[in-house]
Amino acid sequence: MEQTERAPGLGIGAYIAKHIREYGLLFALIAIMAFFQIVTGGTLLRPVNITNLFLQNSYIIIMALGMLLVIVGGNIDLSVGSVMGFIGALAAVMIVSWKLPVGVAMAICLIVGMLIGAVQGYFVAYWKIPSFIVTLAGMLVFRGLSLWLLAGQSIGPFPGNFQSLSTGFIPDLFGADKPNMVALAVGVAAVLVLVWLALRNRSRNMRYGIEDEPWGLFVARNAVVAFALLFVTWKLAWFRGLPNVLLSMVILTVIYVFITERTTLGRRIYAVGGNAKAAKLSGIRTERLTFLTFVNMGLLAALAGLVFAARLNTATPKAGFAVELDVIAAVFIGGASMAGGSGKIVGAVVGAFIMGVMNNGMSILGIGIDYQQVIKGLVLLAAVFFDVYNKNKEG
Amino acid sequence: MTALLEMRNITKTFPGVKALDNVSLSVREGEIHAICGENGAGKSTLMKVLSGVYPAGSYEGEIVYDGQTAEFGGIRDSEDRGIIIIHQELALVPLLSIAENIFLGNERASNGVVNWRETFRQTEGLLAKVGLREAPGIKVDGLGVGKQQLVEIAKALSKDVRLLILDEPTAALSEADSQALLDLLLELKGQGVTSIIISHKLNEVRRVADSVTVIRDGATISTIDARGGDLTEDRIVRDMVGRDMAHRYPDRERRAGDVVFEVKDWNVWHPEHADRQVIRDLSMNVRAGEVVGIAGLMGSGRTELAMSIFGRSYGRNISGQASMRGQPVDLSAVDKAIAAGLAYVTEDRKTLGLILDETIRRNTILANLDGVANRGVVDENRETEVAEKYRKVMNIRTPSVFQKVMNLSGGNQQKVVLAKWLFTEPEVLILDEPTRGIDVGAKYEIYNIINDLSAAGKAVIMISSEMPELLGMCDRIYVMNEGSFVGELQAEDASQESIMSLIVRE
Repeated sequence: MEQTERAPGLGIGAYIAKHIREYGLLFALIAIMAFFQIVTGGTLLRPVNITNLFLQNSYIIIMALGMLLVIVGGNIDLSVGSVMGFIGALAAVMIVSWKLPVGVAMAICLIVGMLIGAVQGYFVAYWKIPSFIVTLAGMLVFRGLSLWLLAGQSIGPFPGNFQSLSTGFIPDLFGADKPNMVALAVGVAAVLVLVWLALRNRSRNMRYGIEDEPWGLFVARNAVVAFALLFVTWKLAWFRGLPNVLLSMVILTVIYVFITERTTLGRRIYAVGGNAKAAKLSGIRTERLTFLTFVNMGLLAALAGLVFAARLNTATPKAGFAVELDVIAAVFIGGASMAGGSGKIVGAVVGAFIMGVMNNGMSILGIGIDYQQVIKGLVLLAAVFFDVYNKNKEG
Repeated sequence: MTALLEMRNITKTFPGVKALDNVSLSVREGEIHAICGENGAGKSTLMKVLSGVYPAGSYEGEIVYDGQTAEFGGIRDSEDRGIIIIHQELALVPLLSIAENIFLGNERASNGVVNWRETFRQTEGLLAKVGLREAPGIKVDGLGVGKQQLVEIAKALSKDVRLLILDEPTAALSEADSQALLDLLLELKGQGVTSIIISHKLNEVRRVADSVTVIRDGATISTIDARGGDLTEDRIVRDMVGRDMAHRYPDRERRAGDVVFEVKDWNVWHPEHADRQVIRDLSMNVRAGEVVGIAGLMGSGRTELAMSIFGRSYGRNISGQASMRGQPVDLSAVDKAIAAGLAYVTEDRKTLGLILDETIRRNTILANLDGVANRGVVDENRETEVAEKYRKVMNIRTPSVFQKVMNLSGGNQQKVVLAKWLFTEPEVLILDEPTRGIDVGAKYEIYNIINDLSAAGKAVIMISSEMPELLGMCDRIYVMNEGSFVGELQAEDASQESIMSLIVRE
């Protein structure tokens, strides 16, 4: 590869040291998975558990996508757990009690979610009330409203077509029972697309002389990701195939990666978080963007509420309790900055997986909820400390 | 009278800039000593050296205070010796009471428990001394600027001040408040307090000063004794501005075309204090290929004018007409102003102009993202090409456009800001202090860029505190003071003296 010669003389070790913040997250996820795989005696990566991992964490990941945009824009949303619970309750009332068609009820739920986000965003963006306060109020209001809506009771069960939103699987078109061919095909296709994108990006960066990742590391990094993807789809294929919710998560993640990295909209949100005054004086409508990040957050919180209710097959007054903290933690573990302006969708998703794997692994081990909270808290602190430490070293 | 303070051959260097070059200052015990000079001449730097903001060792030269060599490691050291500085921006905590502010960091307390009775009693005594009739318990933010100034002086007195330094004390005061303050200074002088006053207002200097030191370009030009009778405003003005202006500005063929941009009857009120009018009945125009300067001191309303025009980014109740090539234009939001062909290079590039934590590339396209996007999708190749193009055109010194702008020098950062605005392809550029804080070489490059713009038929409005720069670069100069234009001069008729006279002799 003549490309290796163009890299400006950095060894693999030196390169990793320089980019430790980007690689750290990936290493952390792998290390945590390896750790739990060993201590749970192989339970963590069994097909049924991998499937469970996705089902259990889907709503956190969905909301982390929206939360990343809110945090990049320099705000925070504490209300998402309550909103998620409220929307679940609303869906239950409409579908179970009022017998509304599932499609209609879901559409109403998503619209209500956006409206909730719009109201909160309005106060944050146009009245400059700190988002911490506005969404703290929202957190209390919607916690109360879901209690009121459910009158303190659980409502369920949901009809099957609603449940399949969360617990359904993509049917195998090839008729073979196991392994599930659709799952394998999707896995292989995803790997090919990822590798193609990575190569294209690398060659483009080469052209501008800004690529300095050693070739060996590039190969190794992509091989790890490709192997992980194939491994997961292989396992899934031996259980029940691709969960619907995994597919929607992947599609959503791709959409948000595209929005944040390639569109003017995404760029403007980063600019607002990076320096709101400079962005405003560059002709960017900062208020409207802040408003939109909250509308988007409301929409995703509503979707998460539907997914969560469908998985539990019931709406309970406690649904979504303290979930906002997991979502926010995922985003910060994923490397976003509290000050706004930086953070990546992929980081937030990996952050959510780190939280998810720890939850799952510790539950398998039978660690009490008390210790689980302590450990999660320490991991959050360690992740952010690692970030700040490396940033100080850079500067 | 003996000298209370002798500053000998003070030299202070910042990276790339010699802010003070062998400055000497001698202040006699019991006098009021005025320091005059243009913005950026080095007055504030000198006072920061004196008060220990720049600690001993960070400058060359010697300070002799009260007969001893002084080496202050920080503000606390100088305050312990009775040197108190009152800055132009008051350092009071708005939500604390007068008494709390006066004794902040110096509380009347035993074992950490505040003795409020004593605090209030002493505050009343100090307020009586400075002639401020307010209760010690009321909050500072309810006071006008003039009264806040008196609180600052009371605070200085509470620390047994021997040498009081006031940086532009009357800049924000009304005429009556200014007179009261000057009277107070004379009264304190009677009580043996020595003062140094930095001021632009020569009539005030003449009224209170016993001697005047003029500083220019970081060097002492003259020290004039008022008692000798040779203190005239003309003499001070001449010393403040008289410098060789040859060949500091690149030549330009001057040919102004039609009027491109015009503002009429512009009025702006302060965003928080609804009764304060910041810009008053102001009208101006600029022609194609013309460079128009706005001269004025800090606080005269230049930046407020520019920002109120540029998408109403400052002020409220803005009224007046703006037109582009004779057609009225809507400038009610920044994006509309940009669409109309306006660009505004802010005075403060770090907080208002750039996203420091982002790359040169991202900053370059910030004001015209649509220019590198197709239907909302950014084309990163074009983004890089645009950034590369401006890197070459503007000669931005950097290994690549993927560097974060925080790693660039001031001059190169300023070029990135200019690049950002050039990429919006404006007709009218408003440049607010375009060369502040950058070295001479980079200044010359910026002047060349301005000349290129004017040669390309762009209209340029240039706000600057450096009068030689305006004289060297502009075709026409508006002189601004207290929110209005007090004069309009053709460059060939203008001189620093004529501009300064318009400002200070109002």
